[in-house]
Amino acid sequence: MAIEIEQPRVGLSKVAVSKTHGEDSPYFAGWKAYDENPYHETSNQSGVIQMGLAENQVSFDLLEKYLEEHSEASSWGKGAPGFRENALFQDYHGLKSFRQAMANFMEQIRGGRAKFDPDRIVLTAGATAANELLTFILADPGDALLIPTPYYPGFDRDLRWRTGVNIVPIHCDSSNNFQITPEAMEAAYQSAESMNLKVRGILITNPSNPLGATIQRSALEQILDFAVNKNIHLVSDEIYSGSTFSSSEFISIAEILETRGYKDAERVHIVYSLSKDLGLPGFRVGTIYSYNDQVVTTARRMSSFTLISSQTQHLLACMLSNKEFSENYIKTNRERLSKRYDMIIKGLKKAGIECLKGNAGLFCWMNLSPLLEKPTRESELALWKVILNEVKLNISPGSSCHCSEPGWFRVCFANMSEQTLEIALERIHKFMEQRKRN
Amino acid sequence: MRLVVPLQGVAQGRGGLLLGSLIPCALFCFLQLYLKRRRSPSDPPPPSTSSSNQPGMTRHSSLSNLLSRGPLRISSLATSIAKPDDSPYYMGLDKASEDPYHRIANPDGVIQLGLSENRLCFDLIEKWTSENLRDWVMGREGGDLSISGIATYQPSDGTMKLKMAMAGFMSRVIGRDVSYEPSQMVLTAGVTPAIETLCFCLADHGNAFLVPTPYYPSFDRDMKWRTGVELIPVHCRSKDNFVLSISALDQAFNQTRKRETKIRGILLSNPANPVGNLLSRKMLEALLKFAEEKNIHIISDEIFAGSIYGEKEFVSIAEVVDSEDFDKNRVHIVYGLSKDLFLPGVRVGMIYSFNENVLAAARKLTRFSSVSAPTQRLLVSMLSDARFIVEYIQTNKKRIRDMRDLFVAGLEELGIKCSDSRSSLYCWADMTNLIPSYGEKGELELWEKLLNVGKINLTPGSACHCIEPGWFRCCFTTLDKEDVSVVMERIRKVVGSCTSCG
Repeated sequence: MAIEIEQPRVGLSKVAVSKTHGEDSPYFAGWKAYDENPYHETSNQSGVIQMGLAENQVSFDLLEKYLEEHSEASSWGKGAPGFRENALFQDYHGLKSFRQAMANFMEQIRGGRAKFDPDRIVLTAGATAANELLTFILADPGDALLIPTPYYPGFDRDLRWRTGVNIVPIHCDSSNNFQITPEAMEAAYQSAESMNLKVRGILITNPSNPLGATIQRSALEQILDFAVNKNIHLVSDEIYSGSTFSSSEFISIAEILETRGYKDAERVHIVYSLSKDLGLPGFRVGTIYSYNDQVVTTARRMSSFTLISSQTQHLLACMLSNKEFSENYIKTNRERLSKRYDMIIKGLKKAGIECLKGNAGLFCWMNLSPLLEKPTRESELALWKVILNEVKLNISPGSSCHCSEPGWFRVCFANMSEQTLEIALERIHKFMEQRKRN
Repeated sequence: MRLVVPLQGVAQGRGGLLLGSLIPCALFCFLQLYLKRRRSPSDPPPPSTSSSNQPGMTRHSSLSNLLSRGPLRISSLATSIAKPDDSPYYMGLDKASEDPYHRIANPDGVIQLGLSENRLCFDLIEKWTSENLRDWVMGREGGDLSISGIATYQPSDGTMKLKMAMAGFMSRVIGRDVSYEPSQMVLTAGVTPAIETLCFCLADHGNAFLVPTPYYPSFDRDMKWRTGVELIPVHCRSKDNFVLSISALDQAFNQTRKRETKIRGILLSNPANPVGNLLSRKMLEALLKFAEEKNIHIISDEIFAGSIYGEKEFVSIAEVVDSEDFDKNRVHIVYGLSKDLFLPGVRVGMIYSFNENVLAAARKLTRFSSVSAPTQRLLVSMLSDARFIVEYIQTNKKRIRDMRDLFVAGLEELGIKCSDSRSSLYCWADMTNLIPSYGEKGELELWEKLLNVGKINLTPGSACHCIEPGWFRCCFTTLDKEDVSVVMERIRKVVGSCTSCG
């Protein structure tokens, strides 16, 4: 549906008029449908249930309990601890106490199997900004980053829009559970070369969005070796690391580096955020952790465009350095997410739908390819429209994640109550029954 | 290839075939050896611990790959940003923050007069926050305290509640019947991203903005770094009290056009940083006319709109555009709370535009720099306390005026005059007679002496691209009254030693 915009007499930039923001894609169109008719447990039971938003609402009560019992975290005023000190501390280094708390939290999530130095942490207003910042730092306009498919739709915008950098996909498919292989990486590299694009790095998301699965140790080793051989950077977006259902199943690239004695570490950079694990996307808290001094220095200076407010830092520093809270939170959050995951998998199975075996994240990767008229992107989008408009569920089609196999969908399960999830599963069940009958 | 041609003569002569094949091989071997030596482990490694220059890398099959493999690369942008910043503006800020003056705890420390902060009413903020912040992080939804209100994803360009509160604040700050429309606002995590975002919306890489000098030193970073935009200085002079003239603007515009650089707009600061003067209504109208003639934008940075304490009235470009028949689509205002309402570390900036397309694009870009939700909630609470805000604004103006009068009087006793301005947080001091030689070199010599010997950090005019050497920007709002005499004494010591050898 083309919208006629009268061109203003005074011009705008290419960035302003470009479509790279991607908000015309189905990923975002579904959100619009939800906004227009949102489901509500009591007031709008026939509305669209939002299953396209990876938000974690299962552990709010733990945060609320902490804040109720620890008013010093949210106190901010005369006499409040640290107020005067924080008042004088303005620059982009961020509060030392907060960086220390983040480093500790990241170590806890990894079961103490990797160490983090607070002085290597650069703070940004969300992981979105962290990823964009790293792209500005590691690649020139026109260069390329290799990213395994399927990947988070937001990358198309976050990594390319203002940076002018290209994404070249590393194709993964269901034949081996979408794992990244050396052959696929090499093929992507060659593909970039044939387009005269200089590859500057490979960006992985671990645990993966949208797959909802961690990357295996052997694959991580191969990815790091590949980066070393090609002399490129490796960015590991680990924002779902605290949302792995069991602590032992997540292996961070930091652990791989540790076992290698930090050889080749200068090419590795980790992105983290509190938006998914702590369910606080509204706080806008992201970090870049880099083993490369130049990258740390540059990222820190560039972070002046995307700073976290000091009082947010102070609040979170208090919360995360409370070991009792953080340990309990990590453990309980994992258990609840795992329970939700089991619930949705069972429900989908009952409806005759299979999912990729997952072990992390706020979503599952659902296989509806048997329902497609033809194994094409168009069929997938047609099915997606039906699910959105008739079943009234907003789920994310695999094509918006650049999945090479049509028919896969990402379904979020942590941004709603259990009751709402039951309703969603019932709707899917009904839908599948109807299709069987037809 | 050229090597082969002379070898043809050899090849065609005695033993030519043998020599013709031996010599290139020998040359190739020597090249390999030379390159291997260049990459020996004894070469200094890149800044971090790395072993990227491994001899093993030369085992690659193709020669061209061998030559292109080097140390691990970062982008050209990053390489230039990573360099140590030798500009006096940043060096001075660093030195002052490493050894900060404190009247009791560190009386020999560096007094910071280069950082634009207004701490004069910090006590009012402290009092308000300690009395009014209860249960502010969690909201009461249906009777129970809940975090979901601020935990979840918010509109990336700020909540409507905060925009409305900001609109109200801006009206109070101007003190007249001026209204701002919340739907024309885009909020960002500070003014720095607001300016950059606007730049991304209005200009392509390689385009330019005209900027009257002297200007805020950080514009060079904020507006140029990632956008690739150029800033063309439009020089203003002391004989005009550093007020912009249309003829100077026109001249700069034409000269830039000759270079085939596309000019996208004018960047104004009103009230001006560092000089502190105000643009009159007449001048704003003239600028709008100029922008229309040239079909360019105007960005008006009005971040000091609340720091006016004289008789002259501040006129926002928003008022002029509203009242006359100018094309509103080219006018964009940048504002922020950090100067007018000192909340430490709270980052709130704003783009205010009349252009729907700019707003639409800017809104999408705010995902890279959104205001933290708890901060938004805190500010809504504070800005909605009308009684407090009115008291704050009035007290703030009075305290800035009093401090400035004290500071200017102190400088006058030393024979240093300041430009006449009753706005912003600075004195723009004329130390032309005190610099050892008339030029940027002399100015920087004085700056260095003031910093390293006098232990005061001022901003030299050259950092602000001032065309006339000898002017210094002094921010006096980080001082207590008792510190002013300390500053003057330190200047006297340095200045005394300068005049004796100057």
